[in-house]
Amino acid sequence: MSYIGIIITFVFINNFILTQFLGLCPFIGVSKNVESAVGMGFAVTFVMALASISTWVIYNYILIPLDIEFLQTITFILVIAALVQFVELVIQKISPALYKALGIFLPLITTNCAVLGIALINVRNDFNAIESFIAGIAAGFGFLLAILLMSTIRVKLDSEWVPKPFRGIPIAFITGGLMALAFMAFDNALLNNLLG
Amino acid sequence: MSDNSNFIIETSPQIKQSDSTKSVMWVVSLCLLPAGVWGVWIFGPRVITVILASVISAVAAEALMGYLAKRNTLMDGSAVLTGLLISYNMPPAIPLYIPVVASFFAIFVVKWTFGGLGGNFMNPALAGRVFVFFSWTGHMTRWTMPDALSGIDTVTTATPLGFLKSGLLDYTGTAVSPVSFLVETGYPHSTLDSGITAWFSNNLGLDFANGYVDMFLGNIPGSLGEVSVFLLLIGSIYLFARKIITWDIPVSYLLSFGILIWIFGGTRYTGGTYFSGDVVFHIFTGGIILGAVYMATDMVTSPLTGKGRIIFGIGLGFLTFLIRVYGSFPEGVSLAIILMNIFVPMINQYTKPKRFGIQIKRDTK
Repeated sequence: MSYIGIIITFVFINNFILTQFLGLCPFIGVSKNVESAVGMGFAVTFVMALASISTWVIYNYILIPLDIEFLQTITFILVIAALVQFVELVIQKISPALYKALGIFLPLITTNCAVLGIALINVRNDFNAIESFIAGIAAGFGFLLAILLMSTIRVKLDSEWVPKPFRGIPIAFITGGLMALAFMAFDNALLNNLLG
Repeated sequence: MSDNSNFIIETSPQIKQSDSTKSVMWVVSLCLLPAGVWGVWIFGPRVITVILASVISAVAAEALMGYLAKRNTLMDGSAVLTGLLISYNMPPAIPLYIPVVASFFAIFVVKWTFGGLGGNFMNPALAGRVFVFFSWTGHMTRWTMPDALSGIDTVTTATPLGFLKSGLLDYTGTAVSPVSFLVETGYPHSTLDSGITAWFSNNLGLDFANGYVDMFLGNIPGSLGEVSVFLLLIGSIYLFARKIITWDIPVSYLLSFGILIWIFGGTRYTGGTYFSGDVVFHIFTGGIILGAVYMATDMVTSPLTGKGRIIFGIGLGFLTFLIRVYGSFPEGVSLAIILMNIFVPMINQYTKPKRFGIQIKRDTK
């Protein structure tokens, strides 16, 4: 797959939120206002790119030579958790401003299944190092797009008379479902025809 | 405090005008009627049951929700309009439970979970249509040939766009435009079409291929209310004149779509070149007039500002072009509209006009 193909795939066609339904907890939890949604989106993009490249290294230079690929899930979880904590410490030391901007989001992302998801998907697709990295960034931007749109809709819904049983989380899930319905417009045939 | 609810004081501009939600919804429904009558005329009386099933189920759903919410919203006509639009997007031979499910989905899920008319961010009729499209794709893509083309009743066929989409997959011929492709592969056209085309050719010296007249009048297979471009445009004249529909969305939609089709539409054919796409064909088929004039302009789910509406229209044109020319669905109008509905709150936010007297904060440091 070409690099542009990977980007289109992970931003639109296999959007992590709206097609694969991965990483729904920050999608629902942090989409109440636009600023925090954008912050979360960029934090996830950053971590996904980092996780993609580091898990690729671990997988190809440790797991495969030792013939222990079956340990990939647990290894990836450990690597991602350790990496995020490490990055948090580094950012706190080097750039307090960025640390403050990312705030609580960075440690939260450790447990985001989208991050583990991109690592496993990279392995499944046999991506090389550059492809994994691009897939990580593209998947992060797909997440950013979804959470940004979600937050603008939820801000609008704040001023609407939403029936009491649906207020808050339920209407957010219904909104997400309708967005997923619209995103069914993007499918693999579209990608194949576009890139011929 | 005395009861002064009769003296509502509003801020300026204090202009009295007669349009209300109610009148707008009923007027739009009325303007849609000719196209529906045309659908009954060419596809047969069964179409009436499809229209009735969608409208009645939409109204029943609205009545139930209005009862639960203790608000009587039946008379505002929005449920009738939603039901009407859903039925206009159905193939004539659709089993009746499909429009019923679409209406229920539209009213219950897309509209009332958000608090009824005005709260929804997505066009209920189109979301309902897309929902049933993905649920029963087989039924939703089984089209009936109009009587004028087949001579006998109920021949199943493909729409011109659907025919084009599947036909182009393994096409090795020489046609470089949709209509020449259809003519080459023997797609039928009516005697009326040949008559009018010949008349134009003989009397006015205007030569165009057979088929365009059929597409314009609505003598083609398609959704039961979308086929007659002519009658949909007739109905819209009144809406434009009364300014119930503003020009910005339909014009920016059709213009951006047309330009993109003109540039790239021809490249899908073997030996096709840039700047040779058949704009007229694509505007006359696939329900884009119904979408651009009656559905994209829905007041609840389109942007508030003029600039926002133009951005919305251009986005619609681009997405329709993308889905229709490159995607796996032949039409693409309904998906494009619900996709752009998602962007409307963001468009509203970034095209908010500056209030008079507010200055941009200068950096005082």
